[in-house]
Amino acid sequence: MIQAVMVMSTQGKPRLLKFYSFQPPEKHQDLVRGVFQLLSARPDSVSNFVQADAIFGPGVKLVYKHLATLYFVFVFDSSENELAMLDLVQVFVETLDKCFKNVCELDVVFNFNKLHTILDEMILGGQVIETSSEQIMRSVEEIARLEKQSNTTSLIPKSISERFSR
Amino acid sequence: MEQLRTIGRELAMGSQGGWGQSKEFLDLVKSIGEARSKAEEDRIISRELEHLKRRLADPDVQRRKMKELLLRLVYAEMLGHDASFGHIHAVKMTHDESLPLKRTGYLAVALFLDERHDLVILVVNTIQKDLRSDNYLIVCAALTAACRLIGEEAIPAVLPQVVELLTHPKEAVRKKAVMALHRFYQRSPSSVSHLVSNFRKRLCDNDPGVMGATLCPLYDLILEDPNSYKDLVVSFVNILKQIVERRLPTSYDYHQMPAPFIQIKLLKILAVLGSGDKQASGHMYTVLGDIFRKGDTASNIGNAILYECICCISSIFPNPKMLDAAAETTSKFLKSDSHNLKYMGIDALGRLIKINPDIAEEHQLLVIDCLEDPDDTLKRKTFELLYKMTKSTNVEVIVDRMIEYMINITDHHYKTEIASRCVELAEQFAPSNQWFIQTMNKVFEHAGDLVNIRVAHNLMRLIAEGFGEEDEGADSQLRSSAVDSYLRIVGEPKLPSSFLQIICWLYDVAEAHPTDDTVRAYAISAILKIFAFEIALGRKMDMLPECQSLLDELSASHSTDLQQRAYELQALLGLDKQAVENVMPSDASCEDIEIDRNLSFLNGYVQQAFENGAAPYIPESERSGAISVSNYRAQDQQETSAHALRFEAYELPKPSLPLAASQASISTLTTDLVPVPEPSHYKEGNQMSRSQPSGDSLSGEFGVKLRLDGVHKKWGRPTYSSSSTPSSTSGQQATNGGSISEVGQSTSSQARESLYGSKRQQGTEVSAEKQRLAASLFGSSAAKADRRGQAGRKTAKESSSTEKVAIANATPQPAKEQVIPSAPPPDLLDLGETVSSNPTSADPFTQLEGLLGPASASPVLSETPASSASKTPDLMSIFSDDVQTGVTGGTTEPSLGVNVVSAKKGPSLQDALQKDAVARQVGVTPTRNNPILFKDLLG
Repeated sequence: MIQAVMVMSTQGKPRLLKFYSFQPPEKHQDLVRGVFQLLSARPDSVSNFVQADAIFGPGVKLVYKHLATLYFVFVFDSSENELAMLDLVQVFVETLDKCFKNVCELDVVFNFNKLHTILDEMILGGQVIETSSEQIMRSVEEIARLEKQSNTTSLIPKSISERFSR
Repeated sequence: MEQLRTIGRELAMGSQGGWGQSKEFLDLVKSIGEARSKAEEDRIISRELEHLKRRLADPDVQRRKMKELLLRLVYAEMLGHDASFGHIHAVKMTHDESLPLKRTGYLAVALFLDERHDLVILVVNTIQKDLRSDNYLIVCAALTAACRLIGEEAIPAVLPQVVELLTHPKEAVRKKAVMALHRFYQRSPSSVSHLVSNFRKRLCDNDPGVMGATLCPLYDLILEDPNSYKDLVVSFVNILKQIVERRLPTSYDYHQMPAPFIQIKLLKILAVLGSGDKQASGHMYTVLGDIFRKGDTASNIGNAILYECICCISSIFPNPKMLDAAAETTSKFLKSDSHNLKYMGIDALGRLIKINPDIAEEHQLLVIDCLEDPDDTLKRKTFELLYKMTKSTNVEVIVDRMIEYMINITDHHYKTEIASRCVELAEQFAPSNQWFIQTMNKVFEHAGDLVNIRVAHNLMRLIAEGFGEEDEGADSQLRSSAVDSYLRIVGEPKLPSSFLQIICWLYDVAEAHPTDDTVRAYAISAILKIFAFEIALGRKMDMLPECQSLLDELSASHSTDLQQRAYELQALLGLDKQAVENVMPSDASCEDIEIDRNLSFLNGYVQQAFENGAAPYIPESERSGAISVSNYRAQDQQETSAHALRFEAYELPKPSLPLAASQASISTLTTDLVPVPEPSHYKEGNQMSRSQPSGDSLSGEFGVKLRLDGVHKKWGRPTYSSSSTPSSTSGQQATNGGSISEVGQSTSSQARESLYGSKRQQGTEVSAEKQRLAASLFGSSAAKADRRGQAGRKTAKESSSTEKVAIANATPQPAKEQVIPSAPPPDLLDLGETVSSNPTSADPFTQLEGLLGPASASPVLSETPASSASKTPDLMSIFSDDVQTGVTGGTTEPSLGVNVVSAKKGPSLQDALQKDAVARQVGVTPTRNNPILFKDLLG
């Protein structure tokens, strides 16, 4: 089971936190800090796996990927395959790239709700449900389309009426 | 006209162009990004939270604005600030009809709350309603929230709808319904158990995605009870076969692999089902062989499948052909340059050697390379492997390595783990006691505070008691060597306290460590013992001034334990030789104190009391006082001396025991000259002092066998007693933890002899060191050294990112310079264009392939022209195809004097520049904090 997905900057700032097994909110920052210390201490060109039992409990591992200014971290237990998780990170990043057209950190910062949407399409309750980035994109676009529809319909009358009421 | 323009702006805003958020949010991010300290950041966010609090409570605020406010709240909470005041607003938003608001509400609720939160009860009703919605997106959102928020007691409320959704026409909904049901099963298996058959049904879903999702719950179910799912083996194998034969639609391919994640899940399930089941395993061999044959070792995901295959093979009923294939793939992993693959290879090797230990030999040098690798994860994994393959022949090398590694670890948690592993291995396989003690010393020295206290006691006993063999000379030799080593160590400044306890147990070192009460207690006991020993020998002892001052100090100590010990010592000093010998028999450290529960030795006294007309029954509490007080008076000289060594102080106040204990110890005899009586044992608790007299060979002499039933016989660690020599009596096994296979010592040392011999033979000059290590690790039979060239490990991964750079460089440098300065601070509102889908010039997907390495970013930098604004090309590359804008009104907002945006329809270069300009405006641009913020994530 996947326990958490984290995206954080190379400065240690969280950009996205999603926990699939409950962690009390006051602990989140400690977890982020712990993971960041772990990752920042690792040199380049070593493996992408880290045993994180000191932070998350026994048997928990994490896979991370360092891309430009961000760390993408997936935390999971022994029932997942490390290499597959690494590819899941890849799927996630590929999807982001398709979604934002050459994604950069700013996109991630400002659209973290969209990131959550994408993750919800990939992972549900800690289990992987979709791994094809095209499929994920299709769902996300569909959601965006429908959202926009209902958004504009609800928006125009309201804003106009507001203008006119002045 | 003016109004139309405003509406247009509203529209642009509504469609959330640019980065999708309003200026306020951008400003927030900007100021946080520029904050120089944590305190400043905290200030900014608390101000923001204040603001949000006001706005959220404001009833007039527009609904669409609410969404953003909530997102800002989520953002603040992500940064670690308490935003609990907003939770109720999030809950309220889930009631909203508009889809985006509802989804945002659900998102926030799922992030803010958990199943135990009070507010969840308000959400359950909404979820219930939304699960019935016509709009499948609402259903999906509700299912997602249900996964997170529905606790055990709320499951019945939504269960019927979720089950209904299992047959929803949309596969996305079916998939999520399956997962929700799975989640419910994890929360409370009992409430969903009658629905488990639904998972089997969904396995036959005609959408492969749903089928794949169903494998998750099935995997959990099968893990719990493999036997009731054996009938599915054939179906699983068939599904796997179909996937491997590429019968799935190509949309399920990932990097040219057919549905790899489903394959992995299936392999995991098969591994469980085939474990120890020859018949079930028989079905799998063919398809596993197919996977190996088609295996693609070039891509990451291909290796993931191969690795899973190895795991499966090592778990199911072994088949030699399969094992060969697995071993071959493992060696490919190990020989790979990628650390990830090496890691997987080590892991796979660890699984395979359980079945066939010989496989490791072939890879010994590779394993040793991994041991010296700079990658910590790999090292840890390798030590895990070594731990698994430790035998009595290689324990010395492995434990030495482990200790060496342990010394340099800073992580507390892991250090503890390694230390306990060292201890465990040393206890299990120690070739000699000498080595054992030295190893333990090392462990204590470097990780003493992290080691279980029991280990320390075991070690003390081992030294005290000798090893149960006849040869007393060897014992005393061992002790003196132990003494020597401790003397050396005592000189060092900082020592863990439990280690000190051991040392103190032999020596008086209290002055050096005046802070720790326990240590001092040990120290005073040590002094006591030394004096007892000296007096017993009939020598005249002069109290050293230090000792005397310590003694005085301790006599006034707040700790009653310390005080008592001090007084005991003083009392002891006044006694004559005979008494001391009786009180502190010098070879009785591990002899059990025999306890007369019936206080039979008091019978005479009681009788006498009766005769004097005492009441026949005294309540327990009073009795203790009465007896013990009068007892001291009544007893003869020996009893008085027992007073000097009151054992009751070391135990919980148990009224009747102490006298019995002292009585027993008095009856022990002294035969040895070694000063090792051991009060700390009594301190170890009642368990010991009360324990069954376990028939130590000496104790037979007193014959004061007393009834002590129902007492635990647990004395040493089980590992110890199991390795004790078979010749020793059963009683000895219990007490004498030290009797670690003496037989093993001689044999293993022979083995070592032969090892070293073989080592010399295979002396290649370069890797001689490594080979020696390998040989000692893997046994002498491993003479063939397949050395592999280590070259090429550092070959740079050439990534295809140059493609992108080329595009970037195509944009002329000056263009930027022209635009940026001329651009007055553009209002963000005006830049809120839609991000419409704009076909990228280069397919990002193809660019992505091969960008696995994290180093892929560097080529971009190196190829940028060395200009003052050396980052520009990157920026352009990022934005060149990003913002295709089609915003209606907002372009010419004269009041703000922004005209940069007017060129919107122009080439994408312009857009890039705009985005850049906006970014600079926002302040998230290259600051000294984060200079490469803008770099494209994928290179």
